[in-house]
Amino acid sequence: MSTTVAGVIFIVSLAAAVVAVHRPFGDYLFRVVDARKHSRVERGIYTIVGVDPASEQSWGVYGRSVLAFSAVSILFLYGLLRLQQYLWLNLGMAPVTDHIAWNTAVSFVTNTNWQAYSGESTMGHLAQMAGLAVQNFVSAAVGIAVAVALIRGFARSRTELLGNFWVDLIRITLRVLLPVSIIGAIVLMIGGVVQNLGGGTEITTLTGGTQTVPGGPVASQEVIKELGTNGGGFYNTNSSHPFENPTTWTNWVQLFLILLIPFSMPRVFGRMAGQNRQGYAIAAVMALLAIAGITLTTVFELHGGGTVPAAVGAAMEGKEVRFGVADSAVFAAITTLTSTGAVNSFHDSYTALGGMMPMLNMMLGEVAPGGTGSGLYGMLVLATITVFVAGLMVGRTPEYLGKKIGAREIKFASLYFLITPVLVLTGTAAAFATGNASTALHTGPHGLSEVLYAFTSTANNNGSAFAGITVNTPWWDTATGLAMLLGRFLPIIFVLGLAGSLARQQPVPESEGTLPTHRPLFVGMVAGVAIVLVALTFLPALALGPLAEGL
Amino acid sequence: MRLPSWLSQHLAALRALLFFTVALGLAYPLLLVGVAQIPGLSGRAEGSLVEKDGTVVGSALIGQHFTDADGNPVPRYFQSRPSAGGDGYDPLSTGASNLGPESVADTLPDPADPESGSQSLLTQVCARSLAIGALEGVSGARPYCTTDGVGAVLSVFRADGLTGAVTRAVSVNQACPATPFLGTYEGATVECATPDGDYSGGVITPVRGDAPDTSPIPADAVTASGSALDPHISVAYAALQAPRVARERGLAVADVTSLIEDHTAGRALGFLGEPAVNVLELNLALDARA
Repeated sequence: MSTTVAGVIFIVSLAAAVVAVHRPFGDYLFRVVDARKHSRVERGIYTIVGVDPASEQSWGVYGRSVLAFSAVSILFLYGLLRLQQYLWLNLGMAPVTDHIAWNTAVSFVTNTNWQAYSGESTMGHLAQMAGLAVQNFVSAAVGIAVAVALIRGFARSRTELLGNFWVDLIRITLRVLLPVSIIGAIVLMIGGVVQNLGGGTEITTLTGGTQTVPGGPVASQEVIKELGTNGGGFYNTNSSHPFENPTTWTNWVQLFLILLIPFSMPRVFGRMAGQNRQGYAIAAVMALLAIAGITLTTVFELHGGGTVPAAVGAAMEGKEVRFGVADSAVFAAITTLTSTGAVNSFHDSYTALGGMMPMLNMMLGEVAPGGTGSGLYGMLVLATITVFVAGLMVGRTPEYLGKKIGAREIKFASLYFLITPVLVLTGTAAAFATGNASTALHTGPHGLSEVLYAFTSTANNNGSAFAGITVNTPWWDTATGLAMLLGRFLPIIFVLGLAGSLARQQPVPESEGTLPTHRPLFVGMVAGVAIVLVALTFLPALALGPLAEGL
Repeated sequence: MRLPSWLSQHLAALRALLFFTVALGLAYPLLLVGVAQIPGLSGRAEGSLVEKDGTVVGSALIGQHFTDADGNPVPRYFQSRPSAGGDGYDPLSTGASNLGPESVADTLPDPADPESGSQSLLTQVCARSLAIGALEGVSGARPYCTTDGVGAVLSVFRADGLTGAVTRAVSVNQACPATPFLGTYEGATVECATPDGDYSGGVITPVRGDAPDTSPIPADAVTASGSALDPHISVAYAALQAPRVARERGLAVADVTSLIEDHTAGRALGFLGEPAVNVLELNLALDARA
C-alpha cells in the first residue's frame, strides 16, 4: 500500500469513527448538562464547595464565577510551581523561574498549554499531576460550560438565568472527562505509555553509553491532554516522544480523543435548541473546513517542496519513522484545527506551505471543530455574524433560532472576532519593534513565521509552536502570557454577554423572510464568512512569512 | 455575618479547586498507577525495559546511539537515525532541530574557535549523507549537496540588487581555502567564503547539481526525528546496513535480512503509520546469535 493510500484511509477512518460516535456521545453530554437530578456524591461536593445547585446565575454572575475560578487556579498553580522543591515527588527539581511559572500557570488555566519550559528538566511529578493535569481537566470543562451557557441563551426566552457554573463545571468534569480519561489511559498504557511514579532508570546501553529511561504518571495526563484539547506534553517533545505516543495506533487513538468532544458539541447544541438539524448544520461547517485543512496540510507535506526536503527526498526532518509524513501531517492539522497544540512532529521543519497550514487553521479561530466548548461557541458567534451579513443583503432583520440579532448582539459578536487578530498582529509587531523577535532561530521569512506562529498559537489558546524560537525570556513569557489570558477570557465574557442578551428576548415566530439556518446554503455561507474574515485579516502577514518562503 | 459576594465566589472557587486537586490530581493518577500494577500491563507502564543477560540495557521504545566513546558508529550494530536533542538519544534533554526547509546557509566557525558557528539543516543532511555513504559503500551524493558534504549554496550579487548581471558569487558554506563546488556562475567566478564575510547583500541561491532525485540513502537516515529518541529506522535504511552488519559479524546477508523482518512492525491494521524497524531489538537479536 502506498503512503498516500494509507494516509487517505487514516483520515477516512478517523472521520468514520467521529461520525459514528458524535451522536451517542453528544446525547450523553446533553443529558449531563441538562440533568435535573444531582447524585449523592455531587450533592456532597456542592456542600464542600458551598454552592446551592438549585440557584441559577445571570450572565454576569456566571461570568464572574468563571473568572473567579480561573484567577484562583492561576494563583494556585503559580504557587505550586514556585514551591515544588518543598513538595512530594519533586525529583529534585528547582522551583520554576517566576516568569516561566506565570506563563505556565496562565497557559494551563487558559487551555492553551503553550510550554516555555521543557517537561523532563523542569517539572516534578507532583507539579505535573496535581498542578498541570488538574487544569487539563477543569480548563476543558470551563470551555464546555461556557458553550452550554451560550446554547441556553439561544434556547431560553425572557429570562436572565443561564444555569449554574459550579454545577456545570463539576458535572462535566466528573461525569464526562473523568470516566473517558480512565478508560483512555488504560488503552494508552496497553500501547506502552508509561504510568509510574519513578524518577527514571539509569541504564548502560549496548555500546557502553549511559541513558536514563524516564518515568512519570504519563498515561493519566496524556489522555486528558488530548480529550480536553489541551496539548501540553509531559515531556518536551510531546506526542512524538515514544513514552507519550509509542505506536501508530496510539497515534490514531490520540487524534480520536482530540476530535471526540468538539465534534459532539453541535449535537448538544441541536438537542438543547430542540432542533437537531441546527446542530447538523454547525457540524457540517466544522467538517467542511476540517477536511479542507487536513487535506491541504497532508498534500503540501507529502509533496515536500523546498530545498531541504528536495535534498532529503521527503519532508522527514522532525518526524518519527513510525508515523511517517502523512500521519504526522494529519496530526499537525487536527491539533491546530482544534485548540489542542499537541504535536507528534515539529512544525518548524515543515515545508513552507505545509507549515503555513497549521497557522491558517488556528487563524480560522479554531472553530473547525475547535477546542472543547470553545470551538462550538466560536462557531456559533460566526454563525451569528453570518446571519447578520445575510440579513443585510436582503434587507431583513436577522434572526438566528428565533432570536433577533440586533445591535447589542452584533457588538458582542464583532468584539469576539476582533480580539485574536488584534493580539496576534500587535504581538508580532511588538516583538519586532522591541527587538525581541531576534530570539527566533531563523532570519528572513521563516523567522517572521516563528514569531507570527507564537502569537497566533497563544492568542488562539492552541499551544503548538514553531519551536525553534526561544520563548523563555521575561519579555516573551509576559507577552505570550498576556496573549493567552486576553485571548481566552475576553472572548468568554463576550460570549456570555451575547448569551445573556439572547436569553432575555422573546423569540420571534419564523416568517417567510427568515433565513433557514440548517440548509446547505447556510453551511456554505458560514464557511465562506470564516474564510473571508481570515483572509482579510491575516493574508498580508502570511504573505511575508510562509508564502514568501514557499512560492 | 454574610460575606460580600465577590469574596464568597472566590472562596467557592478555592474550595472547588482544592477538591479537584485531590480528586483529579492525586486520586485519579494514583488509581491508574495502581491499575498499572496488573500483570501484563506493569512492564509497559514501567517503560518497556529490555534486558541482555539479566541486565537492563534500555527501553524497547527509546532509541539509542550505537557508537563508540568517540561517537563513531560501531559497525557490528545497526545504526539509529541522527538525533537533535542534547548529545543525542538523551531522554533528559529531548528536542527537535526545528530547522526550516530553507535553512541552507551555515554560520561558518571562527578559525580561532572551531566549536563556534552553526550548520544549516542542508549542510547537516549533506554531511550525514556523505558519512553514511562512506560507511555503507554507496554514493552519498544528494541534490543541493557539494561533493565535500556541505550545502551547495551561493550568495549571488547582481548589478541592480535582485536583477541584472551577476557581479559576484560566493559559495557561502565552503570556507576558504576550499575549492568552490562551481567554477563560475552566470559568468562570475565563484569564490569561497570567509567567516567574517557579509554575504547578505546577495540572493541566497541553492544549486541543484546533477545528483539523482532519489539517493540509495533513505530520508530517515539523514534527518533527525522530532522526539530525538526515535527507536525506529525505515525498512530501506535497515536493508542498506544489512550487508555491512553481516560482514562484520560473519553472517550471511540473508540471515540478517530475516532478522530485520522479525523486528519490523508493519503498518498496524494495514494502514496506520509506516513500517518501522526497531533498532535496539534488532541489535539485541544479533547479539543473541553471534
